[in-house]
Amino acid sequence: MSSSAAGSNTQPSTAHEAVGHGEGVISETEQARFLPRADLQILIRLLRDDGFTVVGPKLDQSAIVYGEITQVADLPIGWTDQQQPGQYRLVPRNDDRMFGYVVGPHSWKQFLFPPSAIVATAQRTGDSWRMSTPDEPSPRYAFLGVRACELAAIAVQDKVFLGGAYVDPIYQQRRASVLLIAVNCTQAASTCFCTSMKTGPRCKAGFDLALTEIDSGFTLETGSERGRSLALRLPLREAQAAELCDAEQGREEAERQITKQMNTDGLHDLLLGQLRSPHWQTVAERCLSCTNCTMVCPTCFCSTVTEVSDLTGDHVDRERHWDSCFNMDISRVNGVPVRDSVASRYRQWLTHKLATWQDQFGTSGCVGCGRCITWCPPGIDLTQEVWTLQQLARESGHGLSHEEAPEQTVEIGSGEG
Amino acid sequence: MTSATSSKPRLAVFKFASCDGCQLSLLDCEDELLTVAGLVDIAMFPEASSDMQPGPWDIVLVEGSITTAHDAERIQAVRRQAGTVVTIGACATAGGIQSLRNWGHHEEFLRCVYARPEYISSLATSTAIAEHIPVDYELRGCPVNRQQLLDVILTLVAGRKPRLPVHSVCMDCKRRGTVCIEVARGIPCLGPITQTGCGAICPSFDRGCYGCFGPAPQANSQSLTDHFLNTGSTPDTLLPLLRNFNGAAKEFREQSDRLERMFPPGPNAFSD
Repeated sequence: MSSSAAGSNTQPSTAHEAVGHGEGVISETEQARFLPRADLQILIRLLRDDGFTVVGPKLDQSAIVYGEITQVADLPIGWTDQQQPGQYRLVPRNDDRMFGYVVGPHSWKQFLFPPSAIVATAQRTGDSWRMSTPDEPSPRYAFLGVRACELAAIAVQDKVFLGGAYVDPIYQQRRASVLLIAVNCTQAASTCFCTSMKTGPRCKAGFDLALTEIDSGFTLETGSERGRSLALRLPLREAQAAELCDAEQGREEAERQITKQMNTDGLHDLLLGQLRSPHWQTVAERCLSCTNCTMVCPTCFCSTVTEVSDLTGDHVDRERHWDSCFNMDISRVNGVPVRDSVASRYRQWLTHKLATWQDQFGTSGCVGCGRCITWCPPGIDLTQEVWTLQQLARESGHGLSHEEAPEQTVEIGSGEG
Repeated sequence: MTSATSSKPRLAVFKFASCDGCQLSLLDCEDELLTVAGLVDIAMFPEASSDMQPGPWDIVLVEGSITTAHDAERIQAVRRQAGTVVTIGACATAGGIQSLRNWGHHEEFLRCVYARPEYISSLATSTAIAEHIPVDYELRGCPVNRQQLLDVILTLVAGRKPRLPVHSVCMDCKRRGTVCIEVARGIPCLGPITQTGCGAICPSFDRGCYGCFGPAPQANSQSLTDHFLNTGSTPDTLLPLLRNFNGAAKEFREQSDRLERMFPPGPNAFSD
């Protein structure tokens, strides 16, 4: 990871503490530079000339998704998203903002941890087998429009895929070359709760460049050496005080719009003290176990591996696909699923995401982006469920000690999530 | 096939009440058909060959549902001669579109359709094969997924256990980057409670999943039905969505029945 994007090892929470928050000041890294709106195209062209595949927001399938961007016109100019539990709507704005939305159904995960990949191949030659791993060069991405919660999600997946003894080579190669151009949120959705998870809405670290959009263009911060050298090639000018003020007001507006909260104090022990709560069954009555929450989650990392042979059986690909703890098959052991109820699967997901993830990776698995709330068809809101569990724990006087629960069945460190 | 090939697994294909589309999926395997034919002894496949050899057969594919007393006996005879039974398609696994008769008036149908209904001897219900005999593997779909059919045959020939994923259609939509049409556009979609196998085709063409691969295990069809009702879908939309090719499958049937109890059919409904 020596050539990794700067900041990939920086914890968002650390950065959060290091920089003043919501005080109307320009961060230390901001150099008061300004990129006029008409010159964003130059940034895209430079990146493409440098051999990057530029990925950013674009309109597709009635949503703002992430896909390849070749020109400014590909961006969702004049569009925004309205989100609530179980509902997402694309709606026009009354201005021409390019990044005037929150987050959509896609996340950057799909580029760093592809939904499907061949991880190994076996070829029969005569009496023997030749085993190999794919050696195609991995794509070189520049992500344009990364939100603060998404920077945090990438930092979480860095820990999952790059930390510890076993490094994922696919993630490692893609992550090493990716260039991260963050764009600060200037609005929030009703499903956002990054302030509770201390990941946003302001981009503090982990980016190469960070932009804040105002009507006339972008104020610009650099966060790495790569970002600084890229900025030197852009037609930047000194930002005027009014522009910096507008940018700061936009960032503050995003923070003001965030109303959803989750109290994370003591949450690890509280959740693990509620393993036998009847509330899991209450949630299960609504939960479809459809996997949507985990698929849209920017940190969920479950996958399954399957061998696929051709007709002759002489050529076998070992394929890896995204999987989910809500899929009954993922816990199948000796022919039967260990988590054989919707309640047990929801409990596994929530307690892993918010509690045992900390034991496993030293961080919460949740960045507060709200995707799991929006993209759950019946609109199950984890912040509501956590609140209810907290109330139940308070009423019962339990929940601070999980040693009391003798049949702890929450797996950690299984590599499966 | 001749007796010279008898050391290979013997394959038989049987048809019950069905449209033949699923067994045609096997003949549709144009590029792979010769390879398959080389791996098995196709001993009984009336759709493909008039050379029909008696059992026992190692691998038996069963298409169609049970709709006559004669077929109810015939499937027992097939089972007695079969090694591994694989049911193929929604008719065989859930009763098929013809299971709509289960909610109708059988005798009235016969009178409406046939000039001489007394010549017709059929049951009042269409039922899945698994309701009559033990089934080893079920291949869902209307029609089945050709690749899944091939995989199962090749896997059984190789002596391995077939791997048939049971996750929801949603997971396939997400893997292929399809945006959820239910959440983003309010289109009722059975994807969250429907078993994979199709590759999530319909949502990628802007239409909701209509469950042709049937309910996934532990499908929470009540929650999804409630959600659709709460977000403006009407029983006129939801009843035919739940009651089609897999309408007789338990998780779909329970909800269409519940809808009818919640919203009793009017005087002009056909079933009255």
